[in-house]
Amino acid sequence: MTVRVVSSGPHAHSMFSVTQTMAMVAVCLAPATGLGFYQFGWPAILLFLVTIFSAVAFEAVCLIVAQRPVARFLLDGSAVLTGWILAMTLPPWAPWWVGTVGAFIAIVIGKQVYGGIGQNMFNPAMVARAMLLISLPVQMTVWVLPDPLGAAGAPDLWQSLAITFGGGGDVDAVSSASTLGFVSAQLGGGLPLDQIMAQTFSIRDLFYGHVPGSLGETSAALILAGGCLLIAMRIITWHIPVAVLGAAAALSGALHWADPASFPSPLWHLTSGALMLCAFFIATDYVTSPVSARGQLIYGAGTGALIVIIRTWGSFPEGAAFAVLLMNACTPLIDTYTRPRIFGRDRKGKPLEIAKGARP
Amino acid sequence: MKLFSLSSLRRGADMFSIRGGIHPETNKYLSAKSPIEKMPMPSIIRVPLQQHIGAEAVPLVKRDDLVLKGQLIGKARGPISANVHAPTSGRVIAVGHFTAPHPSGLPVATITIRPDGEDRWGPHLPRLRPEDADPKDIAQRVMEAGIVGMGGATFPAAVKLNLRERYPLHTLIINAAECEPYLTCDDRLLRERAEEVADGIWIMAKALGVEKVIVAIESNKPDAIEAMRRHILAAGPNARVMRVPTLYPMGSEKHLVQTVTGLETPARALTAELGVVVHNAATAHAVHKAVRYGEPLISRVLTVSGHGIKRPANIEVLIGTPVSEIIDHCGGLEGEPERILLGGPMMGLPIQSLRVPVIKGTNGILALQKTESRQKAAMPCIRCGGCIKVCPCGLMPMEMHARIRNDDLDGAVDIGLLDCIACGSCSFNCPSNIQLVQGFNYAKGRLAFKQSQKHQQEETKRLADARNIRQEAIAEAKRQAMAKRKAEMAERKKAEAAAASGAAPETPKEAAE
Repeated sequence: MTVRVVSSGPHAHSMFSVTQTMAMVAVCLAPATGLGFYQFGWPAILLFLVTIFSAVAFEAVCLIVAQRPVARFLLDGSAVLTGWILAMTLPPWAPWWVGTVGAFIAIVIGKQVYGGIGQNMFNPAMVARAMLLISLPVQMTVWVLPDPLGAAGAPDLWQSLAITFGGGGDVDAVSSASTLGFVSAQLGGGLPLDQIMAQTFSIRDLFYGHVPGSLGETSAALILAGGCLLIAMRIITWHIPVAVLGAAAALSGALHWADPASFPSPLWHLTSGALMLCAFFIATDYVTSPVSARGQLIYGAGTGALIVIIRTWGSFPEGAAFAVLLMNACTPLIDTYTRPRIFGRDRKGKPLEIAKGARP
Repeated sequence: MKLFSLSSLRRGADMFSIRGGIHPETNKYLSAKSPIEKMPMPSIIRVPLQQHIGAEAVPLVKRDDLVLKGQLIGKARGPISANVHAPTSGRVIAVGHFTAPHPSGLPVATITIRPDGEDRWGPHLPRLRPEDADPKDIAQRVMEAGIVGMGGATFPAAVKLNLRERYPLHTLIINAAECEPYLTCDDRLLRERAEEVADGIWIMAKALGVEKVIVAIESNKPDAIEAMRRHILAAGPNARVMRVPTLYPMGSEKHLVQTVTGLETPARALTAELGVVVHNAATAHAVHKAVRYGEPLISRVLTVSGHGIKRPANIEVLIGTPVSEIIDHCGGLEGEPERILLGGPMMGLPIQSLRVPVIKGTNGILALQKTESRQKAAMPCIRCGGCIKVCPCGLMPMEMHARIRNDDLDGAVDIGLLDCIACGSCSFNCPSNIQLVQGFNYAKGRLAFKQSQKHQQEETKRLADARNIRQEAIAEAKRQAMAKRKAEMAERKKAEAAAASGAAPETPKEAAE
């Protein structure tokens, strides 16, 4: 008889693996990404491909340098997913090197220097986005109006190659401000809010996503749908998304209620920018978020509140990246103080008292 | 922490939920339809003297002795131990050591019997009428019959029956949850021998002096629930069958008590302190046979299953039957199974050799193919929290494992290592295939080793100190004797001097003294 395995139980395993989890997340991201491809055209597709390819390439290089099994770690799909989420947060017509530099920051500086998958403290995609936003304020805030693939004014593949790889190209894009940037700038200019809101996009457009913005962030509806699917497939629990959205809505609602002339409504906050993507796909990153349900609620509420605070009083119109990074830093602390109660012990770890005469 | 659970809406009003838990594929269909069959007489029987928690039994026979079926061949030693009986008649061909039915494969004291094929009964245990027997006598009979917890824990059943002397008890819970995948032996036992089991339950309830009896059966065994409900009156007027949710690890003693009664057993305490005692259904059956018929525990029903077995079945075997003969009886192995286990796939033990015998606590023999165990190379932890979500004990397995890997055993104990019941839910659910339970078992072993080393050191120090004190005392005594002698010498010299100055005829005599 052959020598068989000697290991302690269990000798059975659920069907889930890291690779499958990542694949499911990708499936849930697909609708919002698809809309981005459709309305921002070939340049968006090219940028998306470049970013993911760079992320995978950097991951492979790092794995080779660290002498880890390359194929096994590449197949876990985490690099693809990081590149994917990063690409979704980039301006759709950004030049190729923005994607590549972003992928470098995310994979090498944000993840591999900490020791690879599972070891990083901060969300790699958000590290990259924050660094790009600070160091490339121009490239990172050039937005184009949606121009569906195949429509009359949309660039064809050759023009798109020029846009993404050629440094501008000869296409006159109808550039526009994102609603967040516009409102923020006008509020700074001293205009009353109802006048500003009349000039920007309606909540309805923001919800369905027919607005300028980052590649995959425009449509709150599709991201919401993908996020709900993510919860339904039990990849994530409801705690973080509900806490993020709830806190953001509560804080912006309170501000709006106190002074409707200078603070936009909670619906506008929920449907614009990266908030929705952040609630379902970014803040829920396993590695950098707390593990217990209570901890996740605290973490989510902190993220949601910080996003509104940065949008309202910060110097950047969008604060999702910074909010997530700040709360990532709090994760170990939250984890320490939100341990689940051990069976048969109270929260402090002392054995439970036996109630006298306890009877079922 | 569970903030909201759908199952809380679905469960019955009289039931309580437990934290965490998993839903592995039960695969009970493989053997659930096979009625219990009797295994033909094996060619050899090896009865280990240690089949239970506690002290090893003392052998009462020697080589070449002829034994009869049911004869006592190993006597319990100390309060926590169990008797061992000859499963059939035959000749003792060895009283020595043989490979244990354990992953280590280390030798244990074993009595080997060559059956003579006649299966001749020796004297049964004396007749006892439980209707008018003293609870003490029932417990004594259970002790004599060598009955242990047959769910796998193998704790001597009589010790648990005697708990009434120390705690006020009110409820007996019969654990027929059988939450381990694949296993169907308790299911079949309840379906086919419900009356006997109910009678055993009644006898145990009488021995414990409890007024309430609850038979807990998982919802995926409707036939067993029905059969038990039909015969539940035999277990007493206050007995009832409770259908508990199919959820691993429902059969864990403390978690079952929580599901059924809502009482949470404090850490490091016994359920008896809450007035609740849990016994296994197969144990009840063994009690019935011991008390009504005077038959000691010499056989049990077990499940032979897994996709590596040609003909999965439920078989009644004699204790000590070699695993290989049981597998042969079930048509042999299918291909080359990846692992052979004793017990269920969640907490069962892999064995190296098929020659090992089955013992009182063996409830299953599984031959698993690679597709069933789904063992893959471990990847780094991605902190998904899946282990925390399913842990029925409210632990953080990933963090405990990380601390153990950093050799911080005390740190792991601080966050609950010793509260872990090793149910394996965390490892089952881990998407990175990290062997969490293996890490915990390693750490527990290391801790036990350290503890014993520390104890040894303390003992050595205590002995050394005692020796020092003793030697000190001897030296002190010597010193004192010396001083005394010196003083005497001086005295004598003085006397001599005094005598020399005067008349000195007695001096030589004095010196000789």
